[in-house]
Amino acid sequence: MINAVGRDIPEEILKATGKEVFQGTHHFDGFEYQTASHKVKCVINSNGTKLVDSIHDVLVKCGIKDGMTLSFHHHFRNGDKVLNMVMEEVHNMGIKNITICASSLGSQNDPIVYMLDDGTITEIQSSGVRGQIGKAISEGRLQGLAIMRSHGARSRAIESGETHIDIAFIGAPTADEYGNLNANGGKADCGVLSYSAADAMYADRVVAITDTLVPFPNLPAQITQTYVDYVVKVDEIGDPTKIATGAAKPTTDQRKLLMAKYCTDFVVATPYFKEGFSYQTGVGGASIASTKFLAEIMREKNIHMSFGVGGIAKPMCDLLEEGLIKTLVDTQDFDQDAIKSVATNPNHHYITASEYADPFNKGAYVNKLDFVILAALEVDTHFNCNVVVGSDGVITGAQGGHPDTAAGAKCTIVIAPIMQGRIPTICTDCTTVTTPGEDVDVVVTDYGIAINPKRTDLIEATKDKGLPLKTIEELRDIAYSITGEPEKVQFGDRVVGIIEGRDGTIMDVVRQIKKFEFNN
Amino acid sequence: MIENPNKKRLRRSMMFLNAQKPSLIKDPYIYKIDSLMLDLEDAVAVTAKDTARFSLYHALKTIDYRGSERVVRINGLDTDLWEEDIRVCVAGGADVIRIPKTEDASMVRAVEEKIVAAEEEFNREPGSTLIMSALESCKGVMNAYEVCTSSDRMIGVALSGGDYTKDLQTRITGTGVELMGARQQMIIAARAAGVQCFDTVWTNLDDMEGFRKEVQMIHDMGFDGKSCINPRQIDIVHDIYTPTQKEIIFSEKVIKEIDDKKAKGIGVFTVDGKMIDIAFYDGAKRNIMLAKAAGVYKGDL
Repeated sequence: MINAVGRDIPEEILKATGKEVFQGTHHFDGFEYQTASHKVKCVINSNGTKLVDSIHDVLVKCGIKDGMTLSFHHHFRNGDKVLNMVMEEVHNMGIKNITICASSLGSQNDPIVYMLDDGTITEIQSSGVRGQIGKAISEGRLQGLAIMRSHGARSRAIESGETHIDIAFIGAPTADEYGNLNANGGKADCGVLSYSAADAMYADRVVAITDTLVPFPNLPAQITQTYVDYVVKVDEIGDPTKIATGAAKPTTDQRKLLMAKYCTDFVVATPYFKEGFSYQTGVGGASIASTKFLAEIMREKNIHMSFGVGGIAKPMCDLLEEGLIKTLVDTQDFDQDAIKSVATNPNHHYITASEYADPFNKGAYVNKLDFVILAALEVDTHFNCNVVVGSDGVITGAQGGHPDTAAGAKCTIVIAPIMQGRIPTICTDCTTVTTPGEDVDVVVTDYGIAINPKRTDLIEATKDKGLPLKTIEELRDIAYSITGEPEKVQFGDRVVGIIEGRDGTIMDVVRQIKKFEFNN
Repeated sequence: MIENPNKKRLRRSMMFLNAQKPSLIKDPYIYKIDSLMLDLEDAVAVTAKDTARFSLYHALKTIDYRGSERVVRINGLDTDLWEEDIRVCVAGGADVIRIPKTEDASMVRAVEEKIVAAEEEFNREPGSTLIMSALESCKGVMNAYEVCTSSDRMIGVALSGGDYTKDLQTRITGTGVELMGARQQMIIAARAAGVQCFDTVWTNLDDMEGFRKEVQMIHDMGFDGKSCINPRQIDIVHDIYTPTQKEIIFSEKVIKEIDDKKAKGIGVFTVDGKMIDIAFYDGAKRNIMLAKAAGVYKGDL
């Protein structure tokens, strides 16, 4: 069945997943539903501790068995040790058919890729997958389906009961013996535990894994004792050098600076850039540079940001300190400065992934965004974006908050060079659609800026401002004139993964890769 | 041979790019550089000269540089490389050939001779390949006028500060004092010969303020443009070479009044209280051209 972004979703996939095709970003606005419930093993006794000696013992206590769903967060990013540690033990116990429900997976999880082949892990739900696991899924080595869903969609899936977590594992930089968890003050600080909030509230069993036990009560706690069944202390939950790098050096790449300048010039030309505007940006070179350029104009015009949201890095924290930003709401920290800021600056707040981006609660922060600055692997002439599947057809990226913020923000800007290496970024049709074009308003490239034709208001507001405006087709034509029009990636028939829309519908499917065959 | 219409085009910025590096030469025009200086000389290792020529030829043949002029710096006449360099440039259709280490008119004529032959060999329109000269020695600077007047293809001269100061037995000081004589000599020679004059590079990318001051100075001295080594220098150069709104309005009036008065047979008159005659015409035209290039001219001239 063809969905609202023109993708043909096979009937057997609709049948197998019980899902509908994507029907538009606002199709489910006002939808009423019953949230999920979960098992609680209540604690009335006053023996006083939830400490369990080992991961093996805690798995036994939680009743680990074949076919369970285990959840993990990725706040430790490339430094995460918890997921592999738990899964090694699950594997050693001979457990099979596990569904991993992770907020994201990356190359840090390369060591467990063999568990796809031996059937320990048969389904994966994640924001996306970088590294060997992504490649393995694309090669068809996962027995079941991989579901790639945004941060908001993950909260929705858990809260609505679509995904039921049997055991949630929460790597906690600090914990007390009774399960009060925090993300600062330990050996592997990550600043916030936003992605685990829904897991804690909706899983049948919740296990905290820490390397830093602190005296009870560990307050303030981001996840509290009423949600946590067990606490396990291990030697190391993460490698701090890979969790959060030092602040990224400002880019000197002139192409990125050029795009950053175009982006800032565009932002300033819109009616949304006024006192009290709100803003989210990423940590790519062009995004950081555009934040810096924008700050100069904010100073000059005495304009302040009411709130900044999302994954946070030093440049946004600096603006908070300076007073140019009034409030930061934080779901992930990308550098040490952000981790320190959320722990110390009273205007820098922890929020949950649900508060951040869930379309099925009573209103997420992304709905209040004026601007979001995003990147993409591909943007097509329908403004659809692909942030998950590489132009070689292999799963290589993650949705993160891309579709959530794009849907929420009044002005969604995607920055991307028109080509990367010899691959055109601006193309006729994305390899895979992950964010629908209806939510993408502006594409800023090194060759000019294209505004989505449906945003006649933005076209009107930014004309005659000296901006290098082009149509998306013109940008595509320039790209193709340089690289040639690429042949379509050749896929096999088997669907290995689905790209889920925020609302749980199917945006696109990802098929098994096939060795390229020349036609002549 | 008819005069090449591009001989006096706008050349505020001229950026050096290693012709051997595809990542550099594939699309530098996105930075809106007036002239790209694709280098076969010092940036390219001796062992990579032929690779660089190959890459240059294909770049010239296949890339649409979208209005940026393509200048190629060939190897010196004291090498055995320059003649083949010229064949590659002409075959590829380069706009301008830059002769390094030019000392006198005979060197320009030697290059011109090879260009004429190559234009014939590769069926290029006679005169389509222009020439510019880099002056890199005291002798070259002394012979500036001779070089400027040596060929109809000559677009102008550029100072090469590094080599020149070595010959002068001093160094680049950052104050400009060591280059003062050369700059003055060259701009006078270029103007006397009716060609353009370009200043040397500024190599300290951490001192953008120093760069800005130097560009302002050479602009005020009358130079047509600045040699650059990094795209981040381009905006500063173009900014300084952009006339103010006041200058643009005045220039517009001067052009319109001169056109109008000429028709009425009047030679001297006043605009905004200033005495104006035909001598102001070219300068005013140039201001409008600069304003157009910077995208700040909204009038109808």
